[in-house]
Amino acid sequence: MNGVIAIYIFMLAGFTGYEVISRVPVILHTPLMSGSNFVHGIVLVGAMVALFNAQGTLELVIGTIGVALAAGNAVGGYVVTERMLEMFKSSGKRQGGGHH
Amino acid sequence: MDTTTPSISTVIVDAAYILVAFLFITGLKRMSSPGTARGGIVWAGLGMVIATLVTYLHADWNINLALVIGATLVGGGVAWVSGKRVAMTDMPQMIALYNGMGGGAAAAIAAVELYRDEPHGLAFGILAVLGALIGAVSLTGSCVAFGKLQGLIKKSFRFSGQQFANVVILGAAILSGAAIAVGYNTSAGAVTAFFVLALALGVTMTLPIGGADMPVVISLYNALTGLAVAFEGYVLNNWSMVIAGMVVGSAGTLLTQLMAKAMNRSLGNVLFSGFGESASSASGPVTGSQKPIEAGDAGVMMAYAQKLIVVPGYGMAVGQAQHKVWELAQLLQNRGVTVKFAIHPVAGRMPGHMNVLLAEAGVPYDLISDLEEINAEFETADVALIIGANDVVNPVARNDKSSPIYGMPILDADKAKNVIVIKRGQGQGFSGIENALFYLDNTRMLYGDAQGAVNQLVQAVKAAG
Repeated sequence: MNGVIAIYIFMLAGFTGYEVISRVPVILHTPLMSGSNFVHGIVLVGAMVALFNAQGTLELVIGTIGVALAAGNAVGGYVVTERMLEMFKSSGKRQGGGHH
Repeated sequence: MDTTTPSISTVIVDAAYILVAFLFITGLKRMSSPGTARGGIVWAGLGMVIATLVTYLHADWNINLALVIGATLVGGGVAWVSGKRVAMTDMPQMIALYNGMGGGAAAAIAAVELYRDEPHGLAFGILAVLGALIGAVSLTGSCVAFGKLQGLIKKSFRFSGQQFANVVILGAAILSGAAIAVGYNTSAGAVTAFFVLALALGVTMTLPIGGADMPVVISLYNALTGLAVAFEGYVLNNWSMVIAGMVVGSAGTLLTQLMAKAMNRSLGNVLFSGFGESASSASGPVTGSQKPIEAGDAGVMMAYAQKLIVVPGYGMAVGQAQHKVWELAQLLQNRGVTVKFAIHPVAGRMPGHMNVLLAEAGVPYDLISDLEEINAEFETADVALIIGANDVVNPVARNDKSSPIYGMPILDADKAKNVIVIKRGQGQGFSGIENALFYLDNTRMLYGDAQGAVNQLVQAVKAAG
């Protein structure tokens, strides 16, 4: 990976995260933290690649633990975020009677 | 850059990862408004599914593939079941646990790469080691945070020289990590020692921090895990990990700052001092007495009010009273009373947690206002109903410079014409500070547990005809 381009990407992604979050109202902070927690569940693809390339018992054991943990992060993060956000409804929607 | 023609699977994987980065950022953006928030998590979820599926293009048919599938099913399955079952009140510690798992995964990636002990560049070494350190701290630190909020760890372990001990462990971890990163000593023994130190640091850093400060700590570890993921993304040459991890790292840092500010605490203060549980009770004497009120009288007062603002605190959620509170609010709305909910940023156990609990009870989000929106409105309210909240409505935060909570933004409930406080007894708040609001002339105390008291109010309003 080209080092200079990597620094640009680190920097621009950092600004992006800051800007995207800065307009979030307080009422969504808990689901949002949970949602961002889900997003770093992308570590699952890294853990998968590491385990695909692992050789020898030690690497296989650590790699397997890594994938299991990462899958827990991604799946758990999604499930709880979705559960919380699903409940947020406005008065207008409620009178419409729809559950979703 | 690679000048050979890339294989078709590489092109597919690259294109998919670009799409994934787009879906993640768009998803987070959509989460910034209640109306589109649920769509946002679905977009991000779609991105995750795509990212995971295309990664199988890297696979060969061997034992490793079987382990990947098995570990995904086990880890994902356990998380699915626990995530579906967890109560909304326990959400903060569950988020901490899932976050710790992500940190652990980042550390595991680094461990696989570092134990392999192949020659590598300096940037590779530094980022692999940094990601490992941060990820390992996030793993064990989040587990301690989970234990504290879940009530498994009741004590705060503090001893003199604790900060010094933490600095020593951190220093040793950095030194051993640096030796690995620059290739001075990359033996399996050195790598193991480094990981033991990093894992221990997460525990010793988090144990002395009190329960009240845990939300800030969980948020901080969330941001740290993001950084760890970004660093390991560089190690694995995976841009989608770099982008997603970095976005979470910076967004999480901002969220952590917002939370610390709402609690009137600096981040350094949270990490390096022991407030949170053992606050001094050195506030000045409060004059006057607490004046009780019967539920019947309080109900009549509310039934004939023009405008009522409910201030719920964690005590309401503990008493599982949110459904009754919403029933009361609807009764009053039907009588023509304007009802609003005022949420302090740290109501509940985490900023926004109370909104989740009210949403669970069915309260529409447009009836819920945060501190800046609602504070000017208390003057025009006939009744402020305080349920299970204490420090966040304590006026000493505005006017008593000697108070430990001086300067903390509070809800100006004392400015309402009448204040009704539902409270178990005459005890002090979470921080042990006497609440001047309870002694004001316009305040009446309705003693009882949250659910029972609100139920009595419901009956009283119904009886008001």
